[in-house]
Amino acid sequence: MSRIAKRFAETRASGRAALIPYVTAGDPAPDVTVPLLHDLVAAGADLLELGVPFSDPMADGPVIQLACERSLAAGTRLRDVLAMVREFREKDSDTPVVLMGYLNPVERMGAEVFAQAAAEAGVDGVLMVDLPPEESSDLTGLLDRAGIDPIFLVAPTTSESRLRHVAAAARGFIYYVSLKGVTGAQSLDPAALGARLEAIRAISELPLGVGFGIRDAATAAAVAEVADAVVVGSAIVRLAEQHLDAPEQFRAAAAALAREMRSAMDAARADTAPAAV
Amino acid sequence: MSELKQAVDWAAFPDARGHFGPYGGRFVAETLMGALDELQAVYEKYMQDPEFLAELDTDFKQFVGRPSPLYHAERLSRELGGAQVYLKREDLNHTGAHKVNNTIGQALLAKRLGKTRIIAETGAGQHGVATATVAARLGLECVVYMGAEDIQRQSPNVYRMRLLGADVVAVKSGSRTLKDALNEAMRDWVTNVDDTFYIIGTVAGPHPYPAMVRDFQSIIGREARAQHLEMTGRLPDALVACVGGGSNAIGLFHPFLSDESVAMIGVEAGGEGIASGRHSAPLCAGRPGVLHGNRTYLMEDDDGQIIATHSISAGLDYPGVGPEHSWLKDIGRATYVSVTDEEALRAFHRMTRTEGIIPALETSHAIAHVLDLAPQMRPDQSLIINLSGRGDKDLNTVARLEGIEL
Repeated sequence: MSRIAKRFAETRASGRAALIPYVTAGDPAPDVTVPLLHDLVAAGADLLELGVPFSDPMADGPVIQLACERSLAAGTRLRDVLAMVREFREKDSDTPVVLMGYLNPVERMGAEVFAQAAAEAGVDGVLMVDLPPEESSDLTGLLDRAGIDPIFLVAPTTSESRLRHVAAAARGFIYYVSLKGVTGAQSLDPAALGARLEAIRAISELPLGVGFGIRDAATAAAVAEVADAVVVGSAIVRLAEQHLDAPEQFRAAAAALAREMRSAMDAARADTAPAAV
Repeated sequence: MSELKQAVDWAAFPDARGHFGPYGGRFVAETLMGALDELQAVYEKYMQDPEFLAELDTDFKQFVGRPSPLYHAERLSRELGGAQVYLKREDLNHTGAHKVNNTIGQALLAKRLGKTRIIAETGAGQHGVATATVAARLGLECVVYMGAEDIQRQSPNVYRMRLLGADVVAVKSGSRTLKDALNEAMRDWVTNVDDTFYIIGTVAGPHPYPAMVRDFQSIIGREARAQHLEMTGRLPDALVACVGGGSNAIGLFHPFLSDESVAMIGVEAGGEGIASGRHSAPLCAGRPGVLHGNRTYLMEDDDGQIIATHSISAGLDYPGVGPEHSWLKDIGRATYVSVTDEEALRAFHRMTRTEGIIPALETSHAIAHVLDLAPQMRPDQSLIINLSGRGDKDLNTVARLEGIEL
């Protein structure tokens, strides 16, 4: 069983929704990232999403775009991101790590070289934002053979026929984009979300993670009632922006936000879920 | 003149998913896939619809002023002492460039889709002006994204867009040029996809844009082919056009693809010279990658990060190129060269003084190549330059280089 499947089996068994914080690797500096990942796990993260910086992050809002610019300016490249995962794995062999980014750096490295190097570093899933299943067969096959889950997005605009197509290609979990827009956009509507997730569950048995637009503990709690996992990105990256010259404070603030979300999510589940068996 | 490496059924490209060989495709976030499917469906439907095509034809004639003339540049031809040089006068179109051919077509599609809001990216401002123009005419809200740097160097076009009622948004991220404007327009589209139509200005982006923009721009080549046949009784020996994203070049080239005797040369912006690294010539000095929704030649570093480009002309200052050009290059049907800022400027002045036509700095790149190419050809041969735009918008840039503030 992959680390991702195992982790979702655990969170399901304990009646929790998984918390998945996103950070842009190398933001604001390369040496901040690995300690930050450990802090986030200690604060209650179940999986980690690590952003690979790209010069032209088309699907991201200004917060993550600026994080990419800071990371690239400080010298972080795809091979450095893989090295960060390897270093993280020295102390944590259980928490799944998903790389999220854009296709071009991966293609430049070579899809085969990348799949191999990512597997060796301890990467569990790869989400390429600009790679829909239609164009992905080469990379998906290579990732599959390397034991890495290709993660795909489903959006509010995804038709049922496309949903079947995406579900057939997806492994690990399905990442549901909770709103039309870029990362860090306006807040989502939890009620509409629940109905939409039910429609996806009718087609796929994979766990459903929800991201884009989750900016505080209250939203995280509302999403935790209907989703298997809550992804929080821009809200954390914004903290990096606020503590540019004080990485210790950034780490502390990020961990505090993760803890706050963790307890709000668990409380929400405790209110609604039947008593754990 | 050209040597094709394989026999090609031109009508089969792109394939159903938008691929030109290994290039093109649809590399976007899931949120946009539905909108692109919808766009592809209406585009395929209406390109077969006699009523739509008749409306397009009427707009071309009455609003754009088509057909644009094919002009024999006799004085320039005589001076160069080689091939007869013909100019396809897209500069005489309403709004002063070829861009309007495409915005007219896409705006008619937007109307049929019931969209109330139009967005666009622009570099030199020509596409922005052409978009603002059709939006004004159809009474649609219009937002144009433009790099902050380009807003500086193309201020007349910025004012023109605002006069037409468009909201011009300065893009301050990244290199503050065309590629960043495109990123920002994509972000807008992903957020407002229900009521918004994104008019992409070149033959790049996710499928169906490269094919659709090509089809609207192909009026250039269809007219030029018929006009040259009528004026000379034969086909031209070569076609020359500047290539940024490559829409004016594809528009001229495409109707000639199966005419094997006709050579096609795309001219990229060599900036300060290919060796300097400060240029915008992905076909001459880049490599294939994925950006802005399609696989194509790009300017990137060893990590696959897109690198800053440079050109004196804002319209060519772009790190990618339309996927069909990448394919035409690989299969050998077209060749791609580059000329420097300095060569383009010399050509700008030469055309102005010799023929009384002030060309855009983008177009001046194609002219610069012809100043070298024509003398190597015989006087009984001919070539067509796509005179893709007029130079009024560049007067500030050129004057400043001569120490004159207008």
